[in-house]
Amino acid sequence: MKNDIRQSGRSRNDFTQLLIPIIAIVSLFVFNMLRDPSFFSIALTVNNEGNYVLAGNLISILNSASELAILAMGMTLVTSSSGGQDISVGATAAIAGSVFVSALRNGNITPPVVLLGFLACCAVSILVGAFNGVLVAVFKIQPMIATLILFTSGRSIAYWINGGATPTVSSPIIKAIGGFIPGVPVPTPVFIVIICCLAFFLLFKWTNLGFYTQVVGINQRAAHLNGINSTWIKILTFMILGICVAIAGCIRVSRLGLINHETILAEIEMDAILAVAIGGNALSGGKFKMSGSLIGAYAIQALTTTLYAMKVSSMEIKAYKAVVIILMVFIGSPVVKDTTNRLLRKLTTKKIPAIIERS
Amino acid sequence: MSRDASRNMPGNTRREPISDTQLLLSISIFVFIGMYALAIIIWGGGFSRPQQLFDMLNNNAYLIILSCGLTIVMIAGGIDISVGGVTALVVMACVVGLETQGQSVGASMLMAVGIGLAFGVVQGYLVSYLNIQPFIVTLAGMFFARGLTTIVSVEPRTVKNAAFLALKDARIEIPWLGYTAKNGSLIPGRIEGGVIVALILVALVYIMLKRTRLGRNLYAVGGNAQSALMLGVNVRRTRFMSYIICGLLAGIGGFVFLTHTAAGNATNAAGAEMNAIASSIIGGTLLSGGVGNVIGSLFGTLILSTIKSIVQASGLRDPWWQSITTGAMLCIFILLQSIVLSNRSKGRLSRKLTRGALGQ
Repeated sequence: MKNDIRQSGRSRNDFTQLLIPIIAIVSLFVFNMLRDPSFFSIALTVNNEGNYVLAGNLISILNSASELAILAMGMTLVTSSSGGQDISVGATAAIAGSVFVSALRNGNITPPVVLLGFLACCAVSILVGAFNGVLVAVFKIQPMIATLILFTSGRSIAYWINGGATPTVSSPIIKAIGGFIPGVPVPTPVFIVIICCLAFFLLFKWTNLGFYTQVVGINQRAAHLNGINSTWIKILTFMILGICVAIAGCIRVSRLGLINHETILAEIEMDAILAVAIGGNALSGGKFKMSGSLIGAYAIQALTTTLYAMKVSSMEIKAYKAVVIILMVFIGSPVVKDTTNRLLRKLTTKKIPAIIERS
Repeated sequence: MSRDASRNMPGNTRREPISDTQLLLSISIFVFIGMYALAIIIWGGGFSRPQQLFDMLNNNAYLIILSCGLTIVMIAGGIDISVGGVTALVVMACVVGLETQGQSVGASMLMAVGIGLAFGVVQGYLVSYLNIQPFIVTLAGMFFARGLTTIVSVEPRTVKNAAFLALKDARIEIPWLGYTAKNGSLIPGRIEGGVIVALILVALVYIMLKRTRLGRNLYAVGGNAQSALMLGVNVRRTRFMSYIICGLLAGIGGFVFLTHTAAGNATNAAGAEMNAIASSIIGGTLLSGGVGNVIGSLFGTLILSTIKSIVQASGLRDPWWQSITTGAMLCIFILLQSIVLSNRSKGRLSRKLTRGALGQ
């Protein structure tokens, strides 16, 4: 029964959903190919620590999109279950990063300490996620408004945890997490994303979470009548997003080696929501496709990297980004889809007599 | 509309219970008066002077205008997060126009309104006629406006145009609401022109929402678009209109911002969209649409700035307390609204109110 529903959706519909982000990435690559073929060059260089590492725009896209990709995956779940978005992820990441840094600054940085720091930071973000989730699920507050609370105050809480400073951490272990493990030429955050993808894949394969989340998002009352605890599912999705936020925060802190409560992952919530939308997922909840959000995240980063390669300044990027976003959602909008479908149908109906004649 | 329909609850015979919109509005007015009274009692001094209130209005005139626009969009069931970006763009464009292009003040006013309208029309068209999710469209609008602002000018600029500075320094002085300074001279209460503009706009929007067909259509569309459509309301045009008005107000808000600061900076009005949304929510507008009041948004803005003033007065000097307190207040407010509304929908409070009215 469960598999039936799962598979019935996996037909033409899913393909068109992924089509737009894939077209976006492909057209960006084609654009880069025409503009400057050296965009795709990948070189093996030696970094400051004397390791052989891969460098190039493609590697940079894979590497810098890591935080966004992880957050987009969590955001997809929240969007699906609650029909709204969590706009506090950037602020929560600042809190998580601050906890991580303050845990590390207490003593020598050894692997167990880093692990403990990460667990502490996970615990805090899960708590924050649970807070948001309870507001949304129990008090029936719209997700955007519920998370507006932490959006307003989260970065200040991080500042308070840091004690009004921007503390730094430096250690080979932190560098390995945010950069390269000695002897491995691929950046570590890429592996972390792969681990996260695998974790989500197994979560959906072994548990009913993915299915239940969609059921709650499509019709909460029906889910309730079928014995699904929709309140708990919603809170759970917010807590899972909390874990994603903790991971993203730790990656960013390790990458920079410091925590600045104002700038760490600033406006990433907007990009994460964007990735979910570009991936063809409805922001009003219900059915979702994780791979869509993932491709959407990489599409956004590919766009940013392309613009950087064209020497556009970081503030001006936003204007160009907006134009591309509007183009993408315009192509994916229901009205345009209907029109193209109608056109396609017209074309195919005209062809039918010809085929009959030939046969 | 669907929520307002709850006024016909069973069990009320004599007196009509107030609608959700009015209830949420009265909560925010009571909280504002309560907070302000508390501040006067505890910290006295500055708070007891009318000028404190005037300063709050002077500093937040643009925010009042922005939250008026957001209230309209939110009543119609949408969201517009581009208003902060549009404000920044208008400010920067006007500054550059006044300084380097030798524009007159009137021309820059027209330009401000034009930029706002352009954003409203494009975003409204994309949202209402092409059915694209409003959050994404206005997010793109925000990115576009912020990016364009830096393209117009990266470095901060100040306005030195004489006609504009005369407009900026124009104050309405009310002597009997003034106070006596330490050196014995009387300082009259001062209100900036922007506040008058903001208050007039609030009044106009209030009349528009309560008295015109468009206003009623906005509530109907936000409450339940399907039934509004069946009742013959042009849902798409109504949504379109809500975005146009919001864009227009964002343009005016940008110019008012400029008359307050007389300087353009790429980071102007940073986070204004979220402040405006928060003001509207505190004022009793629901993001789900159909419920809201523009007077409430005015009080929402005042409540937010009262919190800031109280945090400053209470001696919490650390920079983080302001946002943390604002967040906490927002949390209390949202919870209060949620509890009140859910109690009402169960009919408990309504019946209690009726019983109280009947003297039972």
